[in-house]
Amino acid sequence: MSTAHVLLGLLAGGPLHGYELKRAHDQRLPQAKPVAFGQVYATLGRLQRDGLVVTAGQAQEGGPERTAFQVTDAGRQRLDEWLAEIEPPAPFVSSTLFAKVAVAVLVDGAQRARDYLVAQRAAHMGRLRELTAIKTDPASPLGDVLAADFAILHLDADLQWVSNTLERVADLHREVQP
Amino acid sequence: MTILRARGVVKSYGPTPALRGVTIDVAEGEILAVTGPSGCGKSTLLHCLAGILRPDAGEVSYGEHRLDTWSERMRARLRRTEFGVLFQFGQLVTELTAAENVALPLLLAGTGRREARTAAVGWLDRLGVADLADTRPGEMSGGQQQRCAVARALVTEPRVLFADEPTGALDSRTSEQLLGELVRVARDQRTTVLLVTHDVQVAAYADREVALRDGAVDASGLGLTAVQGRHGR
Ligand SMILES: Nc1ncnc2c1ncn2[C@@H]1O[C@H](COP(=O)(O)OP(=O)(O)O)[C@@H](O)[C@H]1O
Ligand SMILES: [Mg+2]
Repeated sequence: MSTAHVLLGLLAGGPLHGYELKRAHDQRLPQAKPVAFGQVYATLGRLQRDGLVVTAGQAQEGGPERTAFQVTDAGRQRLDEWLAEIEPPAPFVSSTLFAKVAVAVLVDGAQRARDYLVAQRAAHMGRLRELTAIKTDPASPLGDVLAADFAILHLDADLQWVSNTLERVADLHREVQP
Repeated sequence: MTILRARGVVKSYGPTPALRGVTIDVAEGEILAVTGPSGCGKSTLLHCLAGILRPDAGEVSYGEHRLDTWSERMRARLRRTEFGVLFQFGQLVTELTAAENVALPLLLAGTGRREARTAAVGWLDRLGVADLADTRPGEMSGGQQQRCAVARALVTEPRVLFADEPTGALDSRTSEQLLGELVRVARDQRTTVLLVTHDVQVAAYADREVALRDGAVDASGLGLTAVQGRHGR
């Protein structure tokens, strides 16, 4: 999963400073590992270097001065590209799928997440079909069949999650509405 | 070429709406999965397309024929000659042997006894259960019974096979073997298959998927996956 894209997505709602960004990440993506504070700053540094975020003045809330960051047009464009990109339908991509859904809902609302899930589901189904063809081909060596089986069972689990999430995206949107 | 077509098909059971205007096309030779959660109308759609149920509104066509305008008698004849059906279980006559069960559709169509028996045993052999020809269903495993049921559904060499959760009562390994066999035979025979299932792993045996939800084709496009046509003919 790309932490840089997730942070961009979190910033798309408005400028945040590094610590707020870490908190937003851990709160929005409870399934993911908490992001280390150092990683947030390192990532922000790279995003700034690439022109995807800029500093948005100093914020002072009674404490020390902290630098807030905001997304540039180029950053927003990069984010849109990421949200439109379908993940390769391999097992164990579920954390990335979840991150994309969460960010899509946050940035653009339920329909964006639904569009993504529908496209991702199609890719998963396509892969499931290929694997099923391998499994049912009498010429396939048993090793290939068992490997296909492993992937099929994991894709099936992902697909069930995609279907359930499609049903519930609107609720998720309501939950993250400010 | 489209072999089966539903246009705005509506069907209710008393006050319960089962289909709320379903439109789908099934191409000749394709294996189409109809998916969706329990109660979404899959079986009702299959029954309408197979001419078993008559829709309350909308059109059902088989080739050039408007089945929704046909009498039950004409539809029954069409089903005997052009269609095969396969259900979850319970379609074999318990008093008859496997060969007699498989021969039954041919006998009903007027084929002579000896010829029907030969064809039946041939189909049992093709499904890998020729040794069960003289066995009654009660002495067979669920998987063996379903293989006989497949043989029975295909013995008339129908142009369309309607299969409603055909592996719903089988364990996953037996289900895989049966589906693999079913798909292989259907492709060899160029039989169009309508495969109703709630299970994505079963749907993955098909060329294409149409998802139903609450009696309608899922508007979000869920499941309307592009055909990576393995049935390229
Ligand atoms: N014979 C029947 N009498 C009354 N209601 C029925 C009958 N068959 C199906 N239904 C209802 O119609 C709806 C669709 O059922 P069905 O086509 O069997 O769905 P599926 O095959 O997807 O589970 C459900 O609400 C079901 O309860
Ligand atoms: Mg059903």
